[in-house]
Amino acid sequence: MKATKVLWPLSLVALLSLVALLGAQVPVLNPLFSVAIPYASAAVLVGGVVWRVTSWARSPVPFRIPTTCGQQRSLGWIRPARFDNPSTGAGAAVRVLLEVVAFRSLLRNTRAELKPGGRVVYAPDRLLWAGALAFHASLLVILLRHARLFFAPVPAFVEAIQSVDGFLRVGVPGLYASDVVLAVAAAYLLGRRLLDPRLRYLSLPADYLPLFLVLGIAGSGLLMRHVYRADLVSLKSFVLSFLAFRPRVPSAIPPLVALHVFLVSALAVTLPFAKLVHLAAPFLSPTRNLPNDSRARRHVNPWNPVIKAHAYAEWEDDFRDKLAEAGLPLEKESP
Amino acid sequence: MTAKGPEELSRVGYEPPPQDWLDPAVDFGARKGSWSYPGTVKSLTALGLPNPRAWSPSDADWKLPENWEEIVRDGFRERLSKYRSLKLFLETCVRCGACADKCHFYIGSGDPKNMPVLRAELLRSVYRWEFTGAGRLLGALAGARPLTPDVLKEWYYYFYQCTECRRCSVFCPHGIDTAEITMLARELLNLVGLNVNWVTEPAANCDRFGNHLGIPPHTFKENVEFLCDELHETTGVRVHPSFARKGAEFLFIVPSADYFAEPGIYTFMGYLLLFEQIGLDYTLSPFTSEGGNFGLFSSHDMIKRLNAKMYAEARRLGVRSLIGGECGHMWRVIHQYMDTMNGPADFLEVPVSPVTKTHFDHAASTKMIHICEFTADLLHHGRLRLDPSRNDRVRATFHDSCNPARAMGLLEEPRAVLRAACRNFFEMPENTIREQTFCCGSGAGLGNDENMEMRLRGGLPRASAVKFVRERHGVNTLACICAIDRAALTSLMEYWVPGVDVAGVHELLGNALVMDGEKPRTTDLRNRPLAPEGGGPDA
Repeated sequence: MKATKVLWPLSLVALLSLVALLGAQVPVLNPLFSVAIPYASAAVLVGGVVWRVTSWARSPVPFRIPTTCGQQRSLGWIRPARFDNPSTGAGAAVRVLLEVVAFRSLLRNTRAELKPGGRVVYAPDRLLWAGALAFHASLLVILLRHARLFFAPVPAFVEAIQSVDGFLRVGVPGLYASDVVLAVAAAYLLGRRLLDPRLRYLSLPADYLPLFLVLGIAGSGLLMRHVYRADLVSLKSFVLSFLAFRPRVPSAIPPLVALHVFLVSALAVTLPFAKLVHLAAPFLSPTRNLPNDSRARRHVNPWNPVIKAHAYAEWEDDFRDKLAEAGLPLEKESP
Repeated sequence: MTAKGPEELSRVGYEPPPQDWLDPAVDFGARKGSWSYPGTVKSLTALGLPNPRAWSPSDADWKLPENWEEIVRDGFRERLSKYRSLKLFLETCVRCGACADKCHFYIGSGDPKNMPVLRAELLRSVYRWEFTGAGRLLGALAGARPLTPDVLKEWYYYFYQCTECRRCSVFCPHGIDTAEITMLARELLNLVGLNVNWVTEPAANCDRFGNHLGIPPHTFKENVEFLCDELHETTGVRVHPSFARKGAEFLFIVPSADYFAEPGIYTFMGYLLLFEQIGLDYTLSPFTSEGGNFGLFSSHDMIKRLNAKMYAEARRLGVRSLIGGECGHMWRVIHQYMDTMNGPADFLEVPVSPVTKTHFDHAASTKMIHICEFTADLLHHGRLRLDPSRNDRVRATFHDSCNPARAMGLLEEPRAVLRAACRNFFEMPENTIREQTFCCGSGAGLGNDENMEMRLRGGLPRASAVKFVRERHGVNTLACICAIDRAALTSLMEYWVPGVDVAGVHELLGNALVMDGEKPRTTDLRNRPLAPEGGGPDA
């Protein structure tokens, strides 16, 4: 089972790549690879995300359970931790924002080690934070850069991102920093899963699959830019027709383009159903998105059940003699 | 205690076992010392909980109800529709592993299923099988597995090996809270009669008598009066608590260990002295002679049922508002559940300090304040006279209890009291205090004797931090604000760091508090000479 956890998703990505590379050679399949599969995967992505978010939004939040990571707001002279333990909705919004853009909780990460003699020592461990942030940020930049294929004329912000991203000025065409960062970060995230025995033990095929897909997508993208140049002009004209829902099926699909698009489609399809739904978590998690104000303002549980509790009168009846003997006050005097 | 010595217990292997984690087998016979005895027929019957029977986890047959599968599956489905937290926490984990070494039980045992991520996967794997298409289709490849009696046994072992301390949730980038997972998993286990007697018996006692220990009302009064007599001897002052007195300004509710056993009773003496000195108009009630709520360790319905007494008694007695004593999980219930479950408390008023006139607006809805908030406010306004030199034999450090730290944020208030009462105060390393505090290892109903080995293992990170400040600063007192801590840390210190006493914050306050009409004090509340021969560790 252990090796298959890695081999299974790896072979799946290899198989998908092979299907795309070979499929692109068969002209009769062109409509399938250029139009049908991308449309279908986009539909699954949108439909899946809508279904998933609605299912979360529909489920109630019965209790206010923020994890408080700092001083509460109580007495005026004690300084509260406004964002790590927010007492207002605005504070909670900032907390969520910090979680989304800066991976606040991951920044706290430490590594605990048990030394001989039962001594536990802790060292800050920000590598995971840095790797995760680099991975997600470079993905975002790369996605935004791709917007140049989606709009004519190309929006100014896309040009700006592209020029900053190309600051390295290495090679022709220039190497993008985000591509390098993504490759390094993805390799790190994959490497730690494979090399750390603890992580290897707990990882599932579903943890490797998106990494292999991203590596395949990035690899084919880099090849298209730096080795086997894609014809961007005809590509863009196709993408624009695709986005306008009047797709002009190309007469031939370059194999790398087919591979790239096919793997992106595969990733899109898994997005709403696999671990990739995690992007919604920090926004919705009741331990992060609620202010810690449950003593100041009442939080209502929409399904608050009626529960019968032991009533005082019954309790007094039960202990009447003892209460009287001990001189404890009674509601109803003893007969 | 356990037959193993500290040397042996602190040699922990972290290499994962050869078999995959999806394999649920737990050998209960070989793991004695790390599980708890199940709820008795008597306690389950008293509470009306399902499937009361005599059984032991080391038996092969757990005598589950015939349709146990259906009960658990339906219960699971119902909770998925009632708790967004459960749905989200089951669906959004990426197994990044940041939580892995944040759990005291993992650090102390090396058992990979004590990594919070895997603890949750035990439930997730069944969720995938029962409720997702991919899980059913791909099985183990998707990390899915069917619900079997062995899985249920594994749940029993590991969900009663989590103290719901929430330390992992501080570090989780998605805010996944294992306490929530454990609470709901325990609800499922309770549906088929799989529980721990150290939870069900106190809960049954609390329901019937008013407190976990089953102390009847007259004994409650006697215990408190006994402590008053002790105080008279130590301080020369006669304190005047009242019992179930209608029209008092405050109803004061404490965990029952505070008036039952050492060292909690010394904390209780501190409360009594404080209230006497400021002339607080308060009352204690035998009907609410328990602040703790073991419902938190069994089910949300049980939390509500046991907690209902607080507002009911406040209403009956016609008090203005409530003060609660030093207790950890009690305060999670009061802070995050009470108002939602049993409110609105519109018959009470926003707590106001009669001495400083401070309005405790942060408790404007719940109308209940923590005694540390109340006392810190008095100290800030200079309304208490303290002689901290009476605590000079004490070199203290402070253990943040899990729930006040991570489900409330009560961090500075107890420290303000401690710093005023005690001149030698030293913090433990920052990775082990405040929101990163380590559990005592005995919370959430696991503080029983049969589970001692796992308690000591779980308590290792806390003990290690205490040992650090003991070696560096000569710390001899571990102050805390939790009744379970006071009991559990005492055993923990005896085993890992001998020579360290455990004390409530209000015990130390009581030592330092200068009372009107007191006699010259020669002993502390524990009847120990104020300055031992040689003038204390400083001299």
